[in-house]
Amino acid sequence: MQPATACASSGLTIPWLRRCSSLRVKCSTSQRAHCASTSTADTAEPIEPIEPIDPIETDPEPDPEPFKLKPLPYPFNALEPHMSKETVEYHWERHHRGHVDSLNAIIQGTEFAEMELENMVLTSYNEGNPLPFFVHASQVWNHDFFWETMKPGGGGNPSNVLKYLIERDFGSLDELAKEIQNAALTQFGSGWVWLAYKAHRLGVGNDINPRPSKKDKRLVVVKTPNAVSPLVWDYYPLLAIDVWEHAYYMDYENRRGDYVSVFLDKLISWDVVSDRLKNAMFRASKREKMEKREMLLDKMKEAKLRVKAVDLRPTPKARPKMKRRQY
Amino acid sequence: MVLQLVMAPNWCGCGVASANSTKISTNAFKMSSNRFNFSKPYPGRAYRVTAYYSLTTPPYELDALEPYMSKRTVEIHWGKHHNEHVERLNKHLKTSAFYGHTLEEMVKATYNNGSPLVEFNDSSSVWSHDFFWESMQPNGGSMPKGGVLDQIEKDFGTFTNFKDEFTFAALSIFGPGWVWLYLKKNERKLAVAPTQNAISPLVWGDIPIIGLDMWEHAYYLDYKDDRSAYVNNFLDHLVSWHSVMVRMMRAEAFVNLGEPKIPVA
Repeated sequence: MQPATACASSGLTIPWLRRCSSLRVKCSTSQRAHCASTSTADTAEPIEPIEPIDPIETDPEPDPEPFKLKPLPYPFNALEPHMSKETVEYHWERHHRGHVDSLNAIIQGTEFAEMELENMVLTSYNEGNPLPFFVHASQVWNHDFFWETMKPGGGGNPSNVLKYLIERDFGSLDELAKEIQNAALTQFGSGWVWLAYKAHRLGVGNDINPRPSKKDKRLVVVKTPNAVSPLVWDYYPLLAIDVWEHAYYMDYENRRGDYVSVFLDKLISWDVVSDRLKNAMFRASKREKMEKREMLLDKMKEAKLRVKAVDLRPTPKARPKMKRRQY
Repeated sequence: MVLQLVMAPNWCGCGVASANSTKISTNAFKMSSNRFNFSKPYPGRAYRVTAYYSLTTPPYELDALEPYMSKRTVEIHWGKHHNEHVERLNKHLKTSAFYGHTLEEMVKATYNNGSPLVEFNDSSSVWSHDFFWESMQPNGGSMPKGGVLDQIEKDFGTFTNFKDEFTFAALSIFGPGWVWLYLKKNERKLAVAPTQNAISPLVWGDIPIIGLDMWEHAYYLDYKDDRSAYVNNFLDHLVSWHSVMVRMMRAEAFVNLGEPKIPVA
């Protein structure tokens, strides 16, 4: 839409005229009369001033907040009465936000600021010799994961693949609950309890299973201290329970077992866990295929065979075959 | 320590051992007749005296530390957490090789130079919590007097320096832990150190003088996440300089803190 043009003779703006400003505008007498009678304030559209072009920033300042605190997927009081509004508020506002702020303060301006959070957790873990911001990065990731694992009106039973795997690997949902309880109660100090999908791969070239079976990839219950998560062991986490005391002390005081059982009965979102499992299974099988291909390529190189370039593009659409000419 | 009279089979092999040998507490004696009978209720069995740990009471009422540590916190911290550690320790001791050790010996031995054995967490927690309750008193805090103040000023510069160092160490702990004022035996001076989980200066051979529990259960109900308020209140209103004095006196028997001040006539 062209901006309003000004009448060449009267100098007043003409709202109905949309023409290139290079053209000289000729107003009829009636139009001029209209313009003169009505005040420009009522009818004329304001002429938009041309915005000055910002000078191109040659050296942009580092973003002071590379990571933002992710908002909760539900309001603070949504998990009542199983997790009180006060607990959720304090947990998210003070502890989770505290970790986000500490992380931003440490990584601001460094090369880590560009990384994705999960990548940052793995890098800063540094294979057991963690960098100073590992605890903050890991706790931010863990807490995001934890809030998403819960939902108001949660609980119920898992379904489909998740249910099948739970029954295959643990026996029943009750057995799984018992194992999770045991892990939570034996975790001395602070930490997390996880249900993870484990692909049992070591990530080394000669990691060959002599008797592969479908059960190689299975669900496991693991507990981790303080800020560690099963990401660092190459597992695929499916659900997380925060057993740091600040997560349950105001509601359950010292009764960690009650907190965990209420979590499993009333707070957990099995849909989210199922989605994560689907994602995990897909990623795990894809990774296995890639590793097998790499192993095969290495073997062929060793055998000094000519390695054919493999076309990884998706197969082209089937086109109708052209008829051969009959000679 | 509580002595518990337990019926157990005679370990030396003499006497009759029947298939139904069970441990019976003193409450369940079967008396052969109504009159008080000194003879053994079960013939052919010997008695074995066993001893387990029990929950020691803090030297003040549970609400004596109000308003700096609420009654509910002390009730749960002592009655549930500390008690749970005692019970778990006793459960371990039923089958442990460390049965019969004193608590301090057990802490040092089960720490195993950094690869702690299964009894370490509970035994160290029991010792540390006993120490913690005794490190506090109602109307505590304020300034120490005399020799304790002199020693602190000698080793930290000023008393405020000590408080700052103590607070800084307490806030530097990530996760559960303790912060200690302890006497270094080799260097013969006081120092402040934070530790993780249930570790205490006993494991590295030094003498603890003050212990402050920085696990979340110690302060969450009263201060939520405001740890600095908790530590400041502990130093200003709760710490028992009397017990510090007693512990320093005992420590002087093991560590030579300097030439004695012999008054000159």
